[in-house]
Amino acid sequence: MKRVLLWLLPLTFLGLFYFYPLGSILHLSFARGEGNLGRVFWEAVASPTVRRVLGFTIWQAFLSTLLTLMIGLPGAYLFARYRFRGKSLLRALAGVPFVMPTLVVAAGFNALLGPRGWANTALMAAFDLTQPPLHFLGTLPAILIAHVFYNTTIVLRMVGDFWSHLDPRLEQAARVLGGNRWHTFREITVPLLTPAILASALLVFLFDFTSFGVILVLGGAGFATLEVEIYYQTISLFNLPMAATLSVLQLACTLALTVIYTRLASRLSRPLDLRPQEHVQRRLKTWRSRLGAGIIIALLLVLLISPLFALAARSVTQLTSSRTREGSVAPGVTLAFYRALSQNPQESLFYAPPTTALGISLGYALATVILSLALGLPAAWALARDKKSTLNQVLDPLLMLPLGTSAVTLGLGFIVSLNRPPFDLRASPWLVPLAHTLVAFPFVVRSLTPALQSIRPNLRQAAAVLGASPRQVFRHVDLPLVGRALLVAATFAFTISIGEFGATALISRPEYPTVPVVIYRFLSRPGAMNYGQALALSTILMLAAVGGMLAIERFRVADVGEF
Amino acid sequence: MKHKIFFLLTTFTILTASCAESPTPTPVPTEEPMAKPTEAPATLPPEERTLTVMTHDSFAASENVIAAFEEEYNVHVQFLEAGDTGTTVNKAILSKDSPLADVLYGVDNTFLSRALDEEVFEPYASPLLEEVPDKFELDDQNRALPVDFGDVCLNYEKAYFEENDLEPPSNLEDLLKPDYKGLVTVENPATSSPGLAFLFATIGHFGEDGYLDYWQNLVANEVKVVNDWETAYYTEFSQWGGEYPIVVSYGSSPPFEVIFAEEPLDEPPTAAVTGPGSCFRQIEFVGILTGTPNRDLAEKWIDFMLSPAFQEDIPLNMYVFPVNENAELDDTFVEHLSIPDEPATLAPSLIAEKREEWIQAWTEEVLR
Repeated sequence: MKRVLLWLLPLTFLGLFYFYPLGSILHLSFARGEGNLGRVFWEAVASPTVRRVLGFTIWQAFLSTLLTLMIGLPGAYLFARYRFRGKSLLRALAGVPFVMPTLVVAAGFNALLGPRGWANTALMAAFDLTQPPLHFLGTLPAILIAHVFYNTTIVLRMVGDFWSHLDPRLEQAARVLGGNRWHTFREITVPLLTPAILASALLVFLFDFTSFGVILVLGGAGFATLEVEIYYQTISLFNLPMAATLSVLQLACTLALTVIYTRLASRLSRPLDLRPQEHVQRRLKTWRSRLGAGIIIALLLVLLISPLFALAARSVTQLTSSRTREGSVAPGVTLAFYRALSQNPQESLFYAPPTTALGISLGYALATVILSLALGLPAAWALARDKKSTLNQVLDPLLMLPLGTSAVTLGLGFIVSLNRPPFDLRASPWLVPLAHTLVAFPFVVRSLTPALQSIRPNLRQAAAVLGASPRQVFRHVDLPLVGRALLVAATFAFTISIGEFGATALISRPEYPTVPVVIYRFLSRPGAMNYGQALALSTILMLAAVGGMLAIERFRVADVGEF
Repeated sequence: MKHKIFFLLTTFTILTASCAESPTPTPVPTEEPMAKPTEAPATLPPEERTLTVMTHDSFAASENVIAAFEEEYNVHVQFLEAGDTGTTVNKAILSKDSPLADVLYGVDNTFLSRALDEEVFEPYASPLLEEVPDKFELDDQNRALPVDFGDVCLNYEKAYFEENDLEPPSNLEDLLKPDYKGLVTVENPATSSPGLAFLFATIGHFGEDGYLDYWQNLVANEVKVVNDWETAYYTEFSQWGGEYPIVVSYGSSPPFEVIFAEEPLDEPPTAAVTGPGSCFRQIEFVGILTGTPNRDLAEKWIDFMLSPAFQEDIPLNMYVFPVNENAELDDTFVEHLSIPDEPATLAPSLIAEKREEWIQAWTEEVLR
């Protein structure tokens, strides 16, 4: 009974704002088709185009996830086991890619690796080449690297934070008992970490699987994922039965994957003695640890930070002189783009100064954090308490479905479903945080569940026996133990909301534009000042994201700092 | 394992299906008290009314121009941006039983037939249509009224052609010359609106029988295809850091390079190719959404959009040009804008019929 109560709020929310709109649009789409549903579906699945697209979608997501784990896990180890100066900043910076709009990220990569980017210019000068040697944009590696760039922070945060509370005495005991370093890692550390690794790999895979902007902009015209195909079928061709079929296919893959995940996770997770970080983390003392840390940090800087840096550098560079072919004019430094952001020469109706857009973005982000934690905490709680129950086994995979849903399908779903009072929300500004919460909610649940599951039940029982009320047990046992995971969840919700563009563009009101919406407005117009202002505002968005993430880290000290 | 998945799938299907068919959303406690106030009686005459205008996401206007309309008719104009043009049209179609707005602006001639076939508009013969040349009026029942137009044309970077002592292109055929090998970048018609318009230009110019040959030769001449205008213009175009001095953009892009230059310029650094048949004209329309309770205000709004006051405000806000002959253009445009005399044209009904076929044939020819 109590379990059902925990589920009530999250399921009402998902039912109303996810399953109902999705069901409505799928129902309507299939109703527009001729012939029976089965045939439409079969024809789609049998078509070579769809099969090729599906194959590529899975393949690139698999490769991207693998690469992301290869980069993310060493980073997670570093963040989990060592204390060093600048760690918070580095971790916040590594989270910035998550909030950056794709077109802007493409501009950053282009400044580095494009035909006239820094790398090619340097190589051409060094080896006296006439043609740029590196071709990056429009290739599979560009897609993979962009996915690593975006999603490494998921592994860093989810695995890193879980790892930082693993009791090192287990490993020490294994070493004392004669296990060598590698053996201990393989037999003790990896099995203990598996739930967190699986959870982060699932999220990374789903993000790559439904990738849209990266494929379009960095992959170019030669590549298409299911998500791209759904957009094309819906918007360009208005072939709704086909679009709905592809949406269902994408959902079925998502569901299959999460069912497998749920099975694995419930088999592999076990209660642990989580330890406060100060008992776990060391300083970088030996030269070996320093060298290792140096390599990992350098890798993160090159992969995750350098495109951002290139972008920020371009936002203060005069653009016009950079096109002088002979290179006779050295590009000057300018703040003109930043100044122009606060001007409205056309006295345009929807003009939003950067402070206003930032305020709107932060407001939506705050609403998303509150909403997704309020919904995610009870759901994660119910999942962790009784992971073997049938109800949980059924519900757990369903929670992940929003991540596997095409934004354009769900956006149209809102239009055809939430159209009667009291739920005529089609034009409501509330739609934006609601949509952001749908994306953030699975992250919140996945961040919290491993931590909650690992709490030994006997800790709670002991507290109860000693006379603690259920509220006190939660406040003094559970909350300190999952405090860190709560902050990870909050950070995800914050960054998801502040960077979201695809869904926001479909539902936002023009008088309340978020920062990414304003960036796209500039980018869609010709002229140096428009491009420059897009870069400048992106840089401001980056700084705001770093500020927000650092602020959430600080919050820990005030609230659950004893841990 | 297998039957478990099947069970989950069934549960999911039943759940969604039952949601989709139930007439009201899942009831929650707040439903009843909230339902009543929304059924308030009709507003009293002196009270401000609201007119809702749905647009695509490129809509922009000057504050004072809109304010003048609001003041004159004691109305608050509520704008809803619905995404790109295709998304906007789709939203209007999907919501036609309970329309999101009173007026829809932003359907262009490439999507016009879809909107008309689905009967989202009510006819309205605005008196201001007299000031609009006939060539812009594509719907003889006046369900969709023309507001503005823009031409999708090749642009080139002037400096490149001066430095290399090369004649810039003057029509579509020129792009096949060996001199222009590897100099051209275009957008994918499946994902980009100017890309689609340029494909239409080639179909209009070379005919349905000839356009694929033309594209085959373009591919042989190493044309570069990207997915969106932003990438083509700001990444691949040599004006902005790429390697291609010829790009598919808008006829209006050169004057905007002057208006939005970093330092004041006398001349645009780029130019548009506007020879006969080398551009495709996009015309954007406005219409009254079927079933609006505010028909009187909607008519006033359409008259307003076609009036010189709004028409003259269009170019600097939306980068397209007025259809009203009496609207005057800003000096920068008079000086630097070249409007093609004979853009390629295709009937909207033909576009609706062949769009998918053409895009697929293009994809096979160019991308495979």
